Amino acid sequence: MADVAVTETRKLDAQKLRADFPIFEQLIHGKPLSFLDSAASSQKPRQVLDAIRTFYETSYANVHRGVYELAERATAGYEGARETVARFLNASSTREVVFTRNATEGINLVAYAWGLNNLGPGDVVVVTQLEHHSNFVPWQYIAHRTGADFRMLALDEQGELRLDELDDLAGGGRVKVVAAGLVSNSLGSVNPVEKLAAWAHERAAIMVCDAAQGAPHRVVDVQALGADFVAITAHKLCGPSGIGAVWGRMELLEAMEPFNLGGHMISRVRFEDTSWGEVPAKFEAGTQAIAEAVGFGAAIDYISEVGLDAIERHEHELAAYALERLAELPWVKTYGPPADRRAGIVSFNVEDIHPHDVAQILDGEGVAIRAGHHCCQPLMAKLGVAATNRASFYLYTVPDEIDRLVDGLHKVRKILS
Amino acid sequence: MYREVILDHYKNPRGHGVIEDADAEAEGFNPLCGDEVSIYVSFAEDGETIDDVKFSGRGCAISQAATSMLVDMAKGRKAQELADLPKDDLLDEIGIPLTPIRLKCALLGLGVLKVALHRAKGTPLPQEWAGLDELELK
Repeated sequence: MADVAVTETRKLDAQKLRADFPIFEQLIHGKPLSFLDSAASSQKPRQVLDAIRTFYETSYANVHRGVYELAERATAGYEGARETVARFLNASSTREVVFTRNATEGINLVAYAWGLNNLGPGDVVVVTQLEHHSNFVPWQYIAHRTGADFRMLALDEQGELRLDELDDLAGGGRVKVVAAGLVSNSLGSVNPVEKLAAWAHERAAIMVCDAAQGAPHRVVDVQALGADFVAITAHKLCGPSGIGAVWGRMELLEAMEPFNLGGHMISRVRFEDTSWGEVPAKFEAGTQAIAEAVGFGAAIDYISEVGLDAIERHEHELAAYALERLAELPWVKTYGPPADRRAGIVSFNVEDIHPHDVAQILDGEGVAIRAGHHCCQPLMAKLGVAATNRASFYLYTVPDEIDRLVDGLHKVRKILS
Repeated sequence: MYREVILDHYKNPRGHGVIEDADAEAEGFNPLCGDEVSIYVSFAEDGETIDDVKFSGRGCAISQAATSMLVDMAKGRKAQELADLPKDDLLDEIGIPLTPIRLKCALLGLGVLKVALHRAKGTPLPQEWAGLDELELK
């Protein structure tokens, strides 16, 4: 993967990187594509597409089974991807990485396999008002099922967590789980997961971090974060959909019950009972997304080659530029923290115009943004809106795309006001 | 997509408001985009003919304009007629191609009206709107 555009100073050249992404070679409604929805899912570079294709063309078979050459190649590809994920997250052991379909499934795995056996009346599960539904609904459900209390840490006016309210929030219960995202997919706020983890551990609770929106844009070091479980997904970091991973502390993973049951996750099956396989096999029942795992590894190689620090810096610059350009429009309201404390995500509303109408008119201009509640209805309730528009950036985003967004917003006003 | 007639209904909605002591009412929302529509109906003395319809809510231009157009279509007709009204009649009125997501916006008001009539008059509620009936129950 030597042919990725990076300069000496680790400042990335987004214009050059765009050439790796075939999606930008087409026109949308007769206009060049301005893709400002990478927080929902990212586009894929040729390097990743080629890795998947080559794997299918030369090395495909089911893994962990056959004794023939192709099966060995496929297993090496799949397990090699696990090693890549483990390095990417700075896991202390490759075995601590469990492949899942996506970050949501990773969190469900923890909520079911850990939560059902460890939560009960008198226990408290704390989530945040910023949470994506993926790290909210599973905990709400498992808390209700086990009789545990489900509580929510509120936000301040800038969309940052009210850490000062944590101790009050714990009142009268045993905190067992603290679940928080690393980066908010709606506001771009970067959450102080280290502090939350330290607070959780003081109470012997586990810290579950949804890093789906963090991992594509900044270094995620699970040991430095201090979390007990961290879930990520490939499709937001230039990889294929259908594959993600959850990292967990080995002693917790070993003590947990399985999540899915079936082939490969067993040690010995008898009619009377079955014993489970070793971690991580215990959590990987059935044929996994093998080629997708290989693509996941290739995507991590790609973004690592560009440099996570360079990506983070690039997105900060874009967020600052977008906030500056949007501030020129008195009829646009933006949400979330200042640019220096947010990832490359800007949520906003146009006065009196519903986000779906904004997004539809922008689409006609070749500008793709997300409009809706971003799977964050508790947050939308806090902001007092039904939905927002969201522009989000990635390593291939260039300032010109933001200029075209602003031009499009003028057109929206012209048509609908 | 935002042709003149849509923009006219969006900017000058017909029957926007609330009927106090309505004979039939319901509200619904579209969880995909957060459109909300409440519909209020009063019947004429025969108890069947729709005398007045009003709606309140917030949402995208398509959901609000389509509900406004529905108000124009509904007045003076019998409850049963509207319960039977095919969605294509409203879509023809809207007269623009809609993607599946925007179709939900366009048909929200019609679904809510059918739920309101179903509750007040026991008219049948087509399967596709059954979920709306449940969603609304707060």
